[in-house]
Amino acid sequence: MPNKVEIRISGLGGQGVVLAGQILGRAAVYDGKNAAQTQSYGAEARGTTAKSEVIISDGEISFPAIRKCDALIVMNQEAAEKNVKDLKEDGMLLIDSSNVKKIPKTSAKIFKIPATETAEISFGQKVYANMIMLGALTKIINIISEESMEKAIRDTVPGKSVAVNIQAYKRGKSL
Amino acid sequence: MKTLLSEKIIESGTNFMMGNEACALGAIVAGCRFFAFYPITPANEIALHMSTLLPKVGGIYIQMEDEISSIASVVGSSWAGSKAMTATSGPGFSLMQETIGYAVMTETPCVIVDVQRCGPSTGTPPLPMQGDVYQARHGSHGEYPIIALAPSSVGDMFLLTIEAFNLAEKYRTPVILLSDALVGHMVESVEIPDLSSIKIFERKTPEKHVEDEFSFFLNENVAPMPKFGSNYKAHVTASTHDERGFRNVENPNFVDNLVRKLYLKIQRHNKDIVKVETKNLDEAEVVLLSYGSVARSAKHVINQARQEGLNIGYVRLVTLWPFPDDEILNLARKVDKIMVLENNMGQVVNEVKRVVGCEAEVKFLPPRLLGTIHEPAYIMENLRRFVNE
Repeated sequence: MPNKVEIRISGLGGQGVVLAGQILGRAAVYDGKNAAQTQSYGAEARGTTAKSEVIISDGEISFPAIRKCDALIVMNQEAAEKNVKDLKEDGMLLIDSSNVKKIPKTSAKIFKIPATETAEISFGQKVYANMIMLGALTKIINIISEESMEKAIRDTVPGKSVAVNIQAYKRGKSL
Repeated sequence: MKTLLSEKIIESGTNFMMGNEACALGAIVAGCRFFAFYPITPANEIALHMSTLLPKVGGIYIQMEDEISSIASVVGSSWAGSKAMTATSGPGFSLMQETIGYAVMTETPCVIVDVQRCGPSTGTPPLPMQGDVYQARHGSHGEYPIIALAPSSVGDMFLLTIEAFNLAEKYRTPVILLSDALVGHMVESVEIPDLSSIKIFERKTPEKHVEDEFSFFLNENVAPMPKFGSNYKAHVTASTHDERGFRNVENPNFVDNLVRKLYLKIQRHNKDIVKVETKNLDEAEVVLLSYGSVARSAKHVINQARQEGLNIGYVRLVTLWPFPDDEILNLARKVDKIMVLENNMGQVVNEVKRVVGCEAEVKFLPPRLLGTIHEPAYIMENLRRFVNE
């Protein structure tokens, strides 16, 4: 694994981008790494753009913000257009292809994941799209163990929804 | 402590948590058993966690009708014998100022957390700024001393909250934890130390009951504090008073005695209160001086600068008030240039200039965009120019 990986997850408030970032960071800590997660969103609970940034490193994380990210997850069209400029040229762009129809220009490697559709069809609610994207991400960047991811989900989401969140995460890994 | 462990309220070792949650945990570990709050971004998570933690340890969480009543109930609860805290952000901090002055005057231990956001006024709730440094110092009227600490990390939110309680109880004074939206909302790895290794200070209370010789105020070495309902006679007033709490609002001798004693109570113990963190000071020609969230950028830069062969020192003010005069003057005598980084238009820099005088050249650098912390590359660019000036 490289010494430091910087990941941004962006979408609409309500799509669970902050939660996804926190689960990812927690899993990295369970794997013995350092992690820092920051977030930004509008004052509203839902409906405006939100982003969550996670830095995972073997060393100390002094500066907690991301300048250029190694991997970028975008969950809606606006997030895709706004954030692609902050992705490294050789970075990885993960798109929720259910919501992002127009793929922004980038030299990064693109992965299309129909997360929202899959969430609705397989799990009955689109709120699980974030876990599907997390599954896809961890498979692609391959720096966090499945065990730690599952433990992080268990320790973060409310008890009754643990099982379906883990299923959605695993589904994302298989897409 | 045993309950905290058996109830699994806190686990030592590596944790991954939000700054505001760490603040709540630190308060519980420090012995806080009363928390009053009025909702405000970006301090809400402190209340979220206090409201779930306090009932488990027999404490009281109360959501008040505004920030004025929140701080007022904290003062009352402290006199009833409880360690007490409130949390807010800029707008609420402004409303609390009058009662913070009351707490200073009545020598009431309490902790006020200000998770700073961008201002002025309603401003930008979720973004960080360091605009309340002077408000923390001079927000209330009259002339008074105060203690304020600036956390830079989630670990600091835990440890400095405990430190804030210890100082408040030790010196019978309100202590302000001057955090910001970045440190409050950040979630990161944090080492929670073994609880038995954490020192917790309990306030001095009167030992014996002496009917006619009570002196519960204005002692440079901190007078014992009786608890409401504990059979001691204490007159608690925010008007000018003597050592026994008796009012005198005509004679300037009383005001003079009161203000000086309140000051001396803190000044005499500066060495115990003031904390400054330093790194790479040997042979450094230029020093980056910062505090709070901005210190993260500074720390990043000194590591980077060293790789480029630049000797840059790092000074982080953990204590903002009382201002670390001695520490900074000593520093200025050793180095040529000091660059002060703040996420505002320049507050601490004025204090640095006051202390340094002609001993070193002082330059102020705000971030490129207020409401963000300095990008390392931007600091480096300005630093190179400053070194060669």
